[in-house]
Amino acid sequence: MEQIAFIVLSGLALISALVVVFHRNQVISALALAGNLVAIAGFYMLLNAQFLALLQVIVYAGAIMVLVLFVIMLLNVAEEARSHDSSPIQRYLSPILAIVFVVALGAALFGSGSAEPFAPASDSFGTVDQVGISLFTTFFYAFEVISLLLVVAMVGSVLLAKRRL
Amino acid sequence: MPQGLEPILINAAKIFAIANALMASVAILTWIERRLSAIIQFRLGPNRVGPAGLFQPLADGIKFFMKEETIPADARKGVFIIAPFIALVSALTAFAVIPIGTQIEIAGRVIDLVILDLDGGLLVALAASSLGVYGIVCAGWASNSKYALMGGLRASAQMISYELALGLSIVGVLSVSGTLRPTEIVALQAGSPWQWNIFGGGWQLLGFMIFMVAGYAETNRLPFDMPEAESELVAGYHTEYSSMKFSMFFMAEYIAMITISGMAVTLFLGGYLTGIPALDTMGGILGALIQIGTFVTKVGFFLILFVWVRWTLPRFRYDQLMDLGWKRLFPLALLNLLVTALLVAFDIV
Repeated sequence: MEQIAFIVLSGLALISALVVVFHRNQVISALALAGNLVAIAGFYMLLNAQFLALLQVIVYAGAIMVLVLFVIMLLNVAEEARSHDSSPIQRYLSPILAIVFVVALGAALFGSGSAEPFAPASDSFGTVDQVGISLFTTFFYAFEVISLLLVVAMVGSVLLAKRRL
Repeated sequence: MPQGLEPILINAAKIFAIANALMASVAILTWIERRLSAIIQFRLGPNRVGPAGLFQPLADGIKFFMKEETIPADARKGVFIIAPFIALVSALTAFAVIPIGTQIEIAGRVIDLVILDLDGGLLVALAASSLGVYGIVCAGWASNSKYALMGGLRASAQMISYELALGLSIVGVLSVSGTLRPTEIVALQAGSPWQWNIFGGGWQLLGFMIFMVAGYAETNRLPFDMPEAESELVAGYHTEYSSMKFSMFFMAEYIAMITISGMAVTLFLGGYLTGIPALDTMGGILGALIQIGTFVTKVGFFLILFVWVRWTLPRFRYDQLMDLGWKRLFPLALLNLLVTALLVAFDIV
């Protein structure tokens, strides 16, 4: 059962990721990205991280991607973006950087040395309770700093959008 | 029958039963809406097909099947076709976490009266309904029509804005009950009606009102039906849709209404509990039937309220809608959360 779900989700995630990169229409790309996010949420679900999976769908697929779609549709950037050619530096540097990234990722994955499998997660792993408790005890300061960072970003974006308040 | 197959079959049967019950409710609801709106406007409404017009939904359904299906020449075909499916599937999924009773015993098997009893159950409903907006946005964009596109844009802005107030109003209930599992939330409200979260169980009257207003906006119903405001946008996002595809949007809207009503009942009004302890703890087939009946009655009340509001209140203007969402409901929801947090901190609830 889990294997079937994994294969289906992998297929969905891969195909949608490829569509995001290769499709010429931004709206289709954005929709595919939303599909990709939902597929990744499925992986979280399989890994017992329920809360993370649901938040992924609510926040990323349900809110952020809708906003991205909204902006693409409203501003109709399609023609503008197509005529815009990327600079030669970008064109040659980006594949090199991508390869470096994949190599680094692979090295981290296979070279981490821990050949023994992880201990199985406890039953309460990934539940709302557990995530909440670790957020407000172990990672309390990091959590508060991140929320402060979000406030700063929010104030900044409001200021940028509205020069005269 | 192999051991592993039975739970899967039971689940499939539950899904089948609930999905069909929802579809049937949609049919009845359309009849109620048309008759009730007629009464409100001093008309008769459909009263020719069957007794008191009761078979009218059946006739409508047949009409939907027989109608010609049109797809605009310049539409994005794939997205155009998939959009109503997204809308309907996400609407149906959201209902899966709402308990319509505790348990029922059929042929020696004890069956929970909820499809999906997850730890983060309520979040599933929120996630599914937040994905529902894709159906509308896709429809609006793929139709390649300015009215549809405007409808889709409005829908996305409106649903994101009101999701905030909706989510925050739920947090009040969550902090009172300390769980996200709908079955537990209902179980915690057992006892007299005073124990319901809206009254002494959680003092969530304000939260309930915010939830209902935001719920009307989330389901795109009047007075917040900006995505399909006829006088401005012809029919909004589904202008270009016909026959069964239109009917799927239609069903999605009504099922979303049922889900929001079900959530309101579950979170604030004791779910399937009658409020009479003797009846709630009766058990057996009769007890289960009483629970289901109670749930249906409570949800039915809210559905009629939906219709009643639609045909009595005029539509908001778009900027008024956004004002209400961001400048009124959102701060009110925060206030409700603050008060609830204080109540919980001082052990009053």
